[in-house]
Amino acid sequence: MKIGIVVFPGSNCDYDAYQAFKLIEGVEVNYLWHGSDNLNSSDIIVLPGGFSYGDYLRSGSIARFSRIMKKVVDFANGGGYVIGICNGFQILLESGLLPGAMMKNSNLRFVCREVVLRVENNNTRFTSAASVGQLLRMPVAHGEGNYYADPGVISELELSGRVIFRYVNPDGVVTAQANPNGSINSIAGIINERGNVMGMMPHPERACELILGSADGLNIVKSLCETTT
Amino acid sequence: MKFLAKIIVSLKEGVLDPQGVTIGRALTDLGFDSVARVGTGKIFSLEIDAESDVRAREIASDAAAKLLANPVIERFDIEVAR
Repeated sequence: MKIGIVVFPGSNCDYDAYQAFKLIEGVEVNYLWHGSDNLNSSDIIVLPGGFSYGDYLRSGSIARFSRIMKKVVDFANGGGYVIGICNGFQILLESGLLPGAMMKNSNLRFVCREVVLRVENNNTRFTSAASVGQLLRMPVAHGEGNYYADPGVISELELSGRVIFRYVNPDGVVTAQANPNGSINSIAGIINERGNVMGMMPHPERACELILGSADGLNIVKSLCETTT
Repeated sequence: MKFLAKIIVSLKEGVLDPQGVTIGRALTDLGFDSVARVGTGKIFSLEIDAESDVRAREIASDAAAKLLANPVIERFDIEVAR
């Protein structure tokens, strides 16, 4: 299994992602430079968090036009697995691989804290090691994570089980207080129709070892690395 | 010929504008009771070499649609001058 982590100018969770996937035995992890057009025959592409291109214009809007993203889009359109975390999610939205857009957090503040996620669908390559309703603790760190899409898109996502994670309180209940950014329906992560591209704002790669406060992120890393799926 | 295109990007009707709401509240606090609503946006100035203002507008519009505005949440208006 080969994992390719794309490094944009301004990525800052690329090394965390590298470390997280390195925890899984038998997995080869490589960095992929944004200016390259070689995906290095990766099985899974990771678009990591950070502030690619300084978040200029809109988060993810410039990264979308980088050389490697053309290959990533082709890879995804061919059924390849792509996970976008935080800024990576924003890039997936800007590049049209996932529907919707990110707005500034409703409280206008950069939110950097631990959140609780509820797994809404485990019938995906990204969440197969988790169970539906399972609560995962991991951090968020973003200023623009307020997920928005028009009502038609939202209802399609909801009805087809494509909302993968939701922000909830420690009891697993959706509340306004547990929603760190004002996302519609407390959406924290979504998947595309084909089931091979997922984006999420929280950071599983920063929650893969207990010494960091939580190892719940391993559920996602392990799901991706299970070759049987 | 050189043209100056001004592209004004603003949020679409119905999309919540948290910055606009916050600024609106501050204006109310300052006594601007007649200001009912504030919307925020961005302005881009593009210097464009084109054979006509129609063509300059086309180029600006293309740039706005492809990069400067996100059609999911934003709309844009263009003003072209010489």
